[in-house]
Amino acid sequence: MKAAVVVFPGLNRDRDMIAALTKIGGEAPAVVWHKDAEIPKVDLIVIPGGFSYGDYLRVGAIAARSPVMDTIRDRAAHGVKVMGVCNGFQILSEAGLVPGVLMRNASLKFVCREVKLQIENASTPFTRGYKQGQIIRCPVAHHDGNYFADAETLARVEGQGQVAFRYADGTNPNGSINDIAGVFNEKKNVLGLMPHPENLIEAAHGGSDGRQLFSGLLNAA
Amino acid sequence: MKARVTVTLKSGVLDPQGQAIQGSLKSLGFDGVGAVRQGKVFDLELGDADRSQAEANVRTMCEKLLANTVIENYTIEITP
Repeated sequence: MKAAVVVFPGLNRDRDMIAALTKIGGEAPAVVWHKDAEIPKVDLIVIPGGFSYGDYLRVGAIAARSPVMDTIRDRAAHGVKVMGVCNGFQILSEAGLVPGVLMRNASLKFVCREVKLQIENASTPFTRGYKQGQIIRCPVAHHDGNYFADAETLARVEGQGQVAFRYADGTNPNGSINDIAGVFNEKKNVLGLMPHPENLIEAAHGGSDGRQLFSGLLNAA
Repeated sequence: MKARVTVTLKSGVLDPQGQAIQGSLKSLGFDGVGAVRQGKVFDLELGDADRSQAEANVRTMCEKLLANTVIENYTIEITP
């Protein structure tokens, strides 16, 4: 599977994401600067974490309106898988590619810690490396991860299996509604999640619970 | 022509920053303050000569960028 990582000014988790995709997929992803005219033909587009455009206006808002997002929206509509992690999730939600919005953490504090995640829907390309209901460890590091959607949207997201991950065992770090840590679009080919699975893939990280997300996604061992 | 856009959180959306400000006001002795909701103000200088066209443009700007209508409302004031 071929992957591309899209980089906006102000992102800082791109190298971790490139390392994870390379180590687990066995092939380095294409790295696309947001001003590049084209995204190569790939099966997976990843927007990593960071602070695109300094989080000006609203987190992810400026990046979500950049021209490269039109390309990503078009690819997603044609079935290409798209994943946004942390700021990438914020960008996807601002672009309307996944439902809901990420607000300032309820504690108003930046949180950098490990949480537990329950796999809520294991029958998608992103989560097929896990068992339904499995609980994994995963790091988070964000100031604006407080997921919110209006009642109608939330009912739809819950009812259509669009919740990918939920903070488990009372580890919700940010006040997210229904403990939601990651959501899919309706077709389940776009995933946004606040936690950083790319930062828990090998012994040197202190664990490898994030690995199966990539191995399942990339069809790699 | 100028426009002032005020963006506020919709009712029912939790505003922890507003709550923190309310707590701070209380600690300064302003006990009478009820809920505080934080918002944003944008002052725009516009090239439009026509008032209704200007308002329509700014409305589109709000829908496309200045507000996230999932959680925010906006109001527009146009002045010469």
